[in-house]
Amino acid sequence: MRSEETPRLIGADGLGALFTALRDRGYTVVGPTLRDGAVVLAELDSAGQLPSGWSADTEAGRYRSRRREDGAVFAHCAGPVSAKTFVHPPRARLWSADRNPDGSVSAAGPDAPAKRFAFVGVHPCDIAALGVLDRVLAGGEHPDPVYTARRDGTFVVVAECTEPAATCFCTSMGTGPAATAGFDIAITELLDGGHRFLARGGSPAGTEVLAALPSVPAGAEDTAAATAAVERAAAAISRHMPDEPLPALMTASRESPRWADVASRCLTCGNCTMVCPTCFCTSTEDVTDLTGQHTEHQRHWDSCFSLDFSYLHGGPVRTSTASRYRQWMSHKLGTWQEQFGMSGCVGCGRCIAWCPAGIDITEEAAALAAARLEDAP
Amino acid sequence: MITLAVWKFASCDGCQLSLLDCEDELLAVAGQVRIAHFLEASREVLPGPYDVSLVEGSITTAADAERIRAIRDASRVLVTLGACANAGGIQALRNSADVAEYASAVYARPDYLDTLATSTPIAAHVDVDYELHGCPIDKGQLLETITALLAGRKPNLPAHSVCFDCKRRNNVCVVVAHGEPCLGPVTRAGCGAICPAFGRGCFGCFGPAETPNGPAEADLLRAHGMSGDDIRRLYRTFTVSAFAEVAGDAS
Amino acid sequence: MNAVVPVPHRIVDRRVDTADTVTVELAPVGEALPAFRPGQFAMLTAYGIGDVPISVSGRHGARPLHTIRAVGAVTRALHDAAPGDVIGVRGPFGTAWDVASAAGHDVIVVAGGIGLAPLRPVVERVLADRSAFGRVAILAGAREPAELLYADARRQWATQAQVRTTVDRAADGWKGPVGLVTALIPGMDVDHAAAAAFVCGPEAMMWFTVQALLERGVPAARIQVSLERNMRCGLGWCGHCQLGPLLLCRDGPVVGYPVAEPLMRVREL
Repeated sequence: MRSEETPRLIGADGLGALFTALRDRGYTVVGPTLRDGAVVLAELDSAGQLPSGWSADTEAGRYRSRRREDGAVFAHCAGPVSAKTFVHPPRARLWSADRNPDGSVSAAGPDAPAKRFAFVGVHPCDIAALGVLDRVLAGGEHPDPVYTARRDGTFVVVAECTEPAATCFCTSMGTGPAATAGFDIAITELLDGGHRFLARGGSPAGTEVLAALPSVPAGAEDTAAATAAVERAAAAISRHMPDEPLPALMTASRESPRWADVASRCLTCGNCTMVCPTCFCTSTEDVTDLTGQHTEHQRHWDSCFSLDFSYLHGGPVRTSTASRYRQWMSHKLGTWQEQFGMSGCVGCGRCIAWCPAGIDITEEAAALAAARLEDAP
Repeated sequence: MITLAVWKFASCDGCQLSLLDCEDELLAVAGQVRIAHFLEASREVLPGPYDVSLVEGSITTAADAERIRAIRDASRVLVTLGACANAGGIQALRNSADVAEYASAVYARPDYLDTLATSTPIAAHVDVDYELHGCPIDKGQLLETITALLAGRKPNLPAHSVCFDCKRRNNVCVVVAHGEPCLGPVTRAGCGAICPAFGRGCFGCFGPAETPNGPAEADLLRAHGMSGDDIRRLYRTFTVSAFAEVAGDAS
Repeated sequence: MNAVVPVPHRIVDRRVDTADTVTVELAPVGEALPAFRPGQFAMLTAYGIGDVPISVSGRHGARPLHTIRAVGAVTRALHDAAPGDVIGVRGPFGTAWDVASAAGHDVIVVAGGIGLAPLRPVVERVLADRSAFGRVAILAGAREPAELLYADARRQWATQAQVRTTVDRAADGWKGPVGLVTALIPGMDVDHAAAAAFVCGPEAMMWFTVQALLERGVPAARIQVSLERNMRCGLGWCGHCQLGPLLLCRDGPVVGYPVAEPLMRVREL
């Protein structure tokens, strides 16, 4: 919930000071920037690289960046890169080993990263996704050292969502558009009556950084404007999940004819899993050098849409596209709950926007729910 | 020490050049790999048998059909290189046309030609152990295959879509963000998603991925402005025979 | 040490079980791993080749034994490794057979092919504490007589338990039964309704075995099965080991049949 302290008001130029403050504290700042026609997350050197004056229009299978006059910095959603890329990188070395002349083996663990990341301008759904990854990769018996080395000590400046995309459904998943937890600083971008940001600390580290920025106490009007902006965003969200417990729906739908229907449209290209901010699946391979004495055990993002993913001696288990789509969606909305005590979906809508075939997980869920009602006696 | 031989059939030599491109890496193993036959690099020819044969090009003459069988017999492991060797290459366009008509349009004295009516992949003639796809092949995949064969492990040659690699390297999808037609969703990975990295759609030179959904891809291409003819041409660029089933009549 | 980097172990003994299968005994080069319980598995690394999940098939003192069938490049390399060679080990991973819960009951052990490997420590534990259990029946099937594992051990077991074997194809003068292992179930001298069962083998074999056990009256709650998916990391991070709600590296491989039943019913899950 909102902190007790009075929020601060930062001017449009305050983001530069924020970058400086974070860099002074040793952080590598990761934030949104426009690249190749999309707002992506990337390591940024200055606030000048933020996508000032850019929005994005999304639909199923479609994303277009759009110029805007008001200089808004955080009025975009569902870019193809999420924080996952930085804390759970597409490729990582888990260990390396060298065979010594006497036949013994010397092994070394994963590289420790030299960087501490500060995420600036990620949205509440992205914070929720980090929470999911925390649970999956760091919350079990064996914390993933690659993940924890990148995630521990990160600093998060969340930008509350004021302009959801048409593909967003965070309100169904309870992850936005307001920021409620998991951040060091929360900012709300205000455009009417002058471009400015309402900011509040969410942690001692956040309060400390906030105090170093030029700011004034926010007035009641600013606070009310921020609340209204977020409420407008919530009201503007047009996609929704069926209003029923999704794990039960997924379990009941294991034999639904809908899987064959979606399989006719699904390319098994894996894009949904790659852009998903919580899809964590990986595969490993041993890479040797040409001398054969040095081995690297490398990990890379994998996807349940590949045949090899379910490979057992004798062949893959999930050969049909229907079974692979079912695995993905059932895991995301259903079995994740049993495995990790939470939903795997945060409602960011990336899988909808970045599916080349425009498959919409909310539409598929609705179809499963409708089919289940039809089946009911 | 393994002996390596490189063989050329109907092709442009581009895939063999990828091997020449590896000279720095191969120097490191000069003691482990003996090049027994590689005319592009050396005139020295050692007799077989060979541990590994790398085969470039497609079979377009009766003599080549004989020669590939002899090579297979002399090779412990046979690896085919590129779209020609794996799918007949661009020259397989003749398979659905009149080769005599082609020849008379191209050559002043077509009667000098002694050619088969078809261009066929190596695997249509002999057993193939590993296929390296692409036009040309990817140097990284070639090195991976050689190192894997040296180490005795299975080469890491994924069969999933190009999109996996495209996203892993943080490319912005050219289809979704730019409306660019792209064969990435139905094309086998391995190139590192080079074309999308430069803002172009994939044109499928690696051939089909493991489970391509042809009709869905055709819907996608049509939605991005391609006609049936455009789609047919796109599939026919490099691996016409490999994509034949994917292209189907959906275009 | 974390569970990510393989811990070097030396092969100190290697016994040939069949034409393509060996059992190796491993001794840590440096630090030792925690003890493996029956049913748990290790990720074994052939350096430079890759790693594979291999269940523990017994122990010699504190040293784990692993039975390896050469079916791919990694298992081939592990199979071919000689005494003195160093391989990497991670583990123990996964759940164990609950042998204690079978105390006081008749015990039925049913194995298909290499599935006898993870069950051997169950048999040995039961026979080591013979009086704690009722009648014991051990059923093992294989494709061919030459593929039946642990001939010496089976002869020893037979002095304390009913041991029956069957093959898909007779050869080498085989005079025993030919056919599915399920066909042996009715002939066992056990009180099915009071028995506990341990089953491991290919998924279809386990399914039909369990149906046969249920038919004879073995209670579902006293049947345990060992499930398999594509175990890659052993730790539950890589997602490959999912079977519906289960991460088999963490929640399996050994699960009670009531948990497995609805999942085994679904094709391609």
